[in-house]
Amino acid sequence: MMLSRQIHSYWQALPLTLILLGFLVFPICVILVVSFWDYNEYSLIPDFILENYEFLLTSKVTLKAYLQTFKYAFLSWLFTFLIGFTLAYFLAFHVRSQKTQTVLFLLCTVPFFTSNIIRMISWIPLLGRNGLVNSSLQSSGLIDQPLDWLLYSDFAIVLAYIHLYTMFMVVPIFNSMMRIDRNLVEAALDAGAAPWQILKDIIVPLSKSGIMVGSIFVFTLVMGDFITVKIMGGGIKANVATLIYNEISLLQYPAAAAGAIVLLITVLMMLMILFRLVDVRKEL
Amino acid sequence: MKDKMVIDQVNQDNSSSVETDLKSPSVSRRGLLKGAAKAGVAAGAISGFPMIWAQNIKNITLRQFGTGVSNLNAIADKCKEDLGFNLQLTSLDSDSVTQRAVTQPNSYDIADIEYWICKKVFPSGVMQPLDTSKLKNFSKISPLFINGKLAPDSTIAQGTAPHTVGFVESKDSKRFATEQTNWMTLIPTIYNADTLGIRPDLVGRPITTWADIMDPAFKGKTSILNIPSIGIMDAAMICEAMGEIKYADKGNMTREEIDKTIEILIAAKQQGQFRAFWKSFDESVNLMASGEVVIQSMWSPAVAAVRGRGIQCAYQPLKEGYRAWGGGLGLASHLSGLELEAAYEYIDWYLSGWVGAYLNRQGYYSAAPSTSKDYMTPDEWGFWIEGKPAQGAILGPDGNLMEKAGAVRDGGSYWDRMGAVSCWNSVMDENKYMVRKWNEFIVS
Repeated sequence: MMLSRQIHSYWQALPLTLILLGFLVFPICVILVVSFWDYNEYSLIPDFILENYEFLLTSKVTLKAYLQTFKYAFLSWLFTFLIGFTLAYFLAFHVRSQKTQTVLFLLCTVPFFTSNIIRMISWIPLLGRNGLVNSSLQSSGLIDQPLDWLLYSDFAIVLAYIHLYTMFMVVPIFNSMMRIDRNLVEAALDAGAAPWQILKDIIVPLSKSGIMVGSIFVFTLVMGDFITVKIMGGGIKANVATLIYNEISLLQYPAAAAGAIVLLITVLMMLMILFRLVDVRKEL
Repeated sequence: MKDKMVIDQVNQDNSSSVETDLKSPSVSRRGLLKGAAKAGVAAGAISGFPMIWAQNIKNITLRQFGTGVSNLNAIADKCKEDLGFNLQLTSLDSDSVTQRAVTQPNSYDIADIEYWICKKVFPSGVMQPLDTSKLKNFSKISPLFINGKLAPDSTIAQGTAPHTVGFVESKDSKRFATEQTNWMTLIPTIYNADTLGIRPDLVGRPITTWADIMDPAFKGKTSILNIPSIGIMDAAMICEAMGEIKYADKGNMTREEIDKTIEILIAAKQQGQFRAFWKSFDESVNLMASGEVVIQSMWSPAVAAVRGRGIQCAYQPLKEGYRAWGGGLGLASHLSGLELEAAYEYIDWYLSGWVGAYLNRQGYYSAAPSTSKDYMTPDEWGFWIEGKPAQGAILGPDGNLMEKAGAVRDGGSYWDRMGAVSCWNSVMDENKYMVRKWNEFIVS
C-alpha cells in the first residue's frame, strides 16, 4: 500500500522531472563540459584543459567584477527591502478596505506593463548631464555644475535595480503579512506593546518567509543581470555577467562557460546560506 | 513599385542573443504567387540583364545578413525591381555577425561582413570563394581591394588591409593568397575612413590629433567604442599620437604593446576621462546628441544622424590619419545551383552603380567608384567624392537635406581621405590575449 502510493507520486512528478532534466540539467551539463574545452577565434576545440578556470580564478579582473557584483546585489537588496517592506506594511496594515488594497496593489504593478529595458532607458533623459534632474537643480540654483555621477555610474545602476526589482520584494512580503493573524497585533496592543515592539516582535518574524523569498528574487536577479549594468553604466561599469556576455560576443564560449559555472556555484552557495536562515517550505 | 516586396529587417541590439528567423514560408509563397501574376511587369524591369532563369526567378529569396551599415531596405527594393528576386535582410552588430556567420552557417545565403571579420570567419569553412571571372564588373573594383594601393605609388596601411584576406588560392582553399587569384573571399562593396567625431560648439578649441581625446579638459566627456577589435585600433591611434608608444604594426600588436596600450587606457579610465563606452550606432548618436560626450570614436553616418537633429557635429580629420574599414559580400558554402547563380547576379548588380551611388550618398565609398558616378549628379559627385563645395542642396538617399549649398565634406576628397589611412580594422595574432586585456580595461 505504502509502496504503491510512492510509485504514484513518482509518476506524477515525472513530467516536471523530464522537463527539468531536458531544459535545465542537460544545458548546464553541456556548459560544464564546454568550460573545459579549448578555443580559437572561430571554433571550439573539444579538449580537457583547465586553462579557462585557471585564468578566471587567478585574474584580478574576476575578483574586481565579483566585488562589484556583490556591491550591486547588496545595495539593491538593502533598498528594495526597505522600500518593499514599508510598502507592503502600508498596504497590509494601514489600508483597511480590501478593495482599496487591491486597487493600490494593482497600481504598484502598472509600471510592469512595459518592458524592463524601456523602464531602464527612461531614466537616461532624466539623469543625463543635460537631463531633467540636472537642469532643474541648476535652474533652482542648488548646483552650478551638472552632477556627472547621476548617470553612467554605480548610482544609476543601483537606482535602476531598485526601480526594476522592488516589486519582487513587495509581493511576497505583502503576501506573508496578509496571513498574520490580526488578533496577535490586537493582543500585543492590549498588553501595552509600543508600535515598534509590535513591528520587531510580531510582524518582522512572521513575514520572514516573505522577506526571504523576496531577497532570493532580488539577489539572484541582480547577480545574473548584465543589461542594466550595460545601459545604466554606459559600458564603463561591469559585473560578472557583463564579463560573460563580453566573452560570448567574442566567440569565447569556453571561457564564458567557465565564468557561468563559477557564477552558478557562487549563487548556489549564497542561496544555501539563505535557506539555512529560514525554511521557506515550512513557512509558506 | 508595383510588386510589393517581402523584406524583413530586424535591427537588433547586441544585447539580445536571440536570433529571429525571418523566413516565413507563407510569406514567400505569397510573394511567389504575386510575382507570377505580374510576370510581364517583372520581365520588363529585368530586361537589361541577361537572365537564363527568368522563369524560375520568383522562387528565389536570398537571405543576407550583416552589420547595419549596408543592410538597407532600399537596396532590397531596388534589387527586386531590377533583378526580380527577393532579398531578405537581417542586421546585427559586428560581434553578433561574426558569431552568427560561424555558428549558424545555414541561416544565411549571403554574408555582408567586414574584412577583419572575414579573416576570422573564412578559415572556418562556412563560406565559399567567388569566381571573379563570372563577374562582369570585377574589373571596375578599386585597386585598393586588389593590391592594396589606391594609387600605384601609395603605401599600404597597417592592419588587416582588405587585399590581404581578399583572395584564396583555389576554389576549395581556406588559405588566404598573397596575391590576386581568380577566387575572391568577399566582393568588396563598401568602405570608409573613420576618425573622431566632435561637437565643435562644445570642445571650444581646434581638434587636430587623436591624442586630444585624452586632454584633461575633456575629462568625463569622451567615449570610445567597446568592440575590442576596433576599439583597440582607436586606442592605438591615440597612444601613438600621445607619443607614448611606437607600434611596429598597430594591426598586429605584440603582447608588450597590448599591455602598454591597455595600461594607458586603464589609467585614463580611472582618472574619469571617459563618460561611457558605446557598442552600437544608436548609442554613439545619443551620447553625442545629448551632450554627454564632446569627442568620441564615431562612424560617419552617426555624425550625419547627429547633424540631422540640428546639432553641430564634425567628423574631424586628424593629422595622424584615419582608421579605415571595408566590407563586402561573401557566399555561404551551402549555396548552389540556381540560388548560387542568383547570388552572383546580385553581387554583380551591386557593383553596377546604383548601390554604389546610394552608399556614396551616405558618406561611405563604393568599391567600384567609376560605375557609381553614372548614378550621381555632378554636384553630388563633386561634394562626396571630389571634396568640392556643394553647388546646391545635398540630399541624403532618403531625400532629406544633408548639407546646404557651400558645404564641404569633412576631410575633403576621396583621395585625401582614403589616401591618409593609417591603419585598417584588423584581427591580431594575439587576438585572444588582446580580448582578455580589453576585458580587464572594461571591468577596471
